[in-house]
Amino acid sequence: MSVALQEPGLVEAPRPARRRAVWQVIRHRPSAVIGSTVLLLIVLVALLAPLIAPYGLHQEVGPVFGHPSWSHPLGLDDGGIDMVTLLMWGARISLVVGFAATLVSMLVGGAVGVLAGYFGRTTDVVLMRITDYFIAIPDVPLMIVVAAIWGPSLFHIVMVIGLLLWTSTARVIRAQVKSVRERVYVQRARSIGAGHVRIIFRHVLPQIAPLLIANTVLTIAVAIFDETALSFLGLGDPSRISLGKVIENAFQRTAVSSGAWWAIVPPGALVAVLILSCSLIGQALEDALNPRLRVAHLSARRFRLRPLVGRGSEAL
Amino acid sequence: MRGADYVIKRTGFAVVTVFVAVTLNFLLFRLAPGSAVSNLSRVPHATQETRLALKRQFGLDKSKPEQYVIFLRELARGNLGVSFENSQPVIDNLKTDLANTLPMVLLGTVFSIVLGTLTGVIAAWRRGTAVEHVTVTSALGFYSMPTHWLALMLVILFAGWFPSGGRVDDFLINPTWFQHVKDVLYHMTLPALTLALVLYGQYTLIVRSAMLETLGEDYILTARAKGLRPWTIVRRHALRNALLPISTLIALSLGYIVAGAILIETVFSWPGIGRAVYRAVLERDYPMLQGAFLVLTLSVVFFNLVADLVYFKLDPRITT
Repeated sequence: MSVALQEPGLVEAPRPARRRAVWQVIRHRPSAVIGSTVLLLIVLVALLAPLIAPYGLHQEVGPVFGHPSWSHPLGLDDGGIDMVTLLMWGARISLVVGFAATLVSMLVGGAVGVLAGYFGRTTDVVLMRITDYFIAIPDVPLMIVVAAIWGPSLFHIVMVIGLLLWTSTARVIRAQVKSVRERVYVQRARSIGAGHVRIIFRHVLPQIAPLLIANTVLTIAVAIFDETALSFLGLGDPSRISLGKVIENAFQRTAVSSGAWWAIVPPGALVAVLILSCSLIGQALEDALNPRLRVAHLSARRFRLRPLVGRGSEAL
Repeated sequence: MRGADYVIKRTGFAVVTVFVAVTLNFLLFRLAPGSAVSNLSRVPHATQETRLALKRQFGLDKSKPEQYVIFLRELARGNLGVSFENSQPVIDNLKTDLANTLPMVLLGTVFSIVLGTLTGVIAAWRRGTAVEHVTVTSALGFYSMPTHWLALMLVILFAGWFPSGGRVDDFLINPTWFQHVKDVLYHMTLPALTLALVLYGQYTLIVRSAMLETLGEDYILTARAKGLRPWTIVRRHALRNALLPISTLIALSLGYIVAGAILIETVFSWPGIGRAVYRAVLERDYPMLQGAFLVLTLSVVFFNLVADLVYFKLDPRITT
């Protein structure tokens, strides 16, 4: 009975291998490589905005809707502020909202999913019922209503988005936890007296980590989209310039009819690129982790069962 | 009868969801701090009588639990209060708005379902080829664009060819029925196209992954071994089974359609329910916001129920 003599911590799943899996998937798929490179680049520029922004965020450097030129490659906005500067600072706020709201939603969704999946029975029924109602009620209108009542501020936006986005995470995590808790090593850990907390954190969570990461990345994309939408409807924090706010300002101050395309095309395109890179990473991870997508009996190029980590050409 | 249980269970869930939504509606608005939000009778420019009448109707001087019961009663009668903005009953405003929204949303949705299914099937069938990469990349591209931004891009691109705002041409005096329909359709083009493009991206991705799952099933291998032509296998064996998850996922995208409608109607000044939400937020017209939120929630719940029942009809395996 060597197992019983060991420390509970030593009876462990091949955790490092699973953790590496995320990295392997990203490395071997061109779409995921492109996605993460672009995302990192944008994050980097946003972080360094105070250092590398060419002009001040509130500095009027030329005429209203000034044309693009050598000194202002993307022109000026309705207040004569340099667009490149605006985009850098805007991406900063958008990313903060995206990451913070996702953190909130991961905490809520992860907790609900783990509790429902791990404990089952009544806990599962009650929590999943609540989740079902939240899924049935359209979230953007609910966000609008709550944001309108609470009043505009960055904190409110983060909370509104975070507290309404957790449902899909909860669902995904619950399904995974349900299957993981039945595995032999979890039962073994339980039989030698490991507590719930220990089992959840040391045995269950590491196993579902890759899927949780995929879900996180996809949630960031939705959170960024929702921030843009709320800002566009005038519910954003008036004192903070996010990418959504830049689009709203351009729309409200007639950038379209003035022909100032440079004030409205870049911010939206930047949001689209942000969401796209998150989607690419998330999709690649999900595709690789979902075993059902690995076989295709009928396709132009015949596919055999392929290993978990696909080779480059089969991206997406 | 097969699965009477199922129908009752789904309908029951829908009814309870409606109840939850209505309660949420009450809690959000009436328990919010500040009487501007919670006091339905503060209609600007209204006569003293109107205000008193509203106060009496909704029992605004009574306790909150009592107000809740009264709220439910008035809701059952179709009374949602009076709009702060135009002093009309909220329910009348909503009826007009909904009638304007439905054709536009329907046109865009149907168009994108047809197109999205087609491209999704092709992408799954041609897995690993350039065709798939182009389709998936374009779908992801449209899926990633902020809806309102895409709408603005279409306005910039098609300026002059299609009207960029409104539902009818105000200068068209005494149009015949045919002229009127033509005019509305003309104005509807860009909003419906925006919705169609946004949904197209999503549906292509959904259909593709549903098809990929069915293409992995053993009966596809059997059909292939029988020597059926690929297109026959796709149509008769794969797509028919893939339609099941697709129908559920399309139902789940209803929330997305609603969000899209709000943003699109705001850009194109389309006088529908989505724009009503925007105006209500802008003017702090809380009764109207409450009503519009309720209508949007109810329609999503209703269409979800419809999708559940369609699923039941399509899939003979469901019995409970």
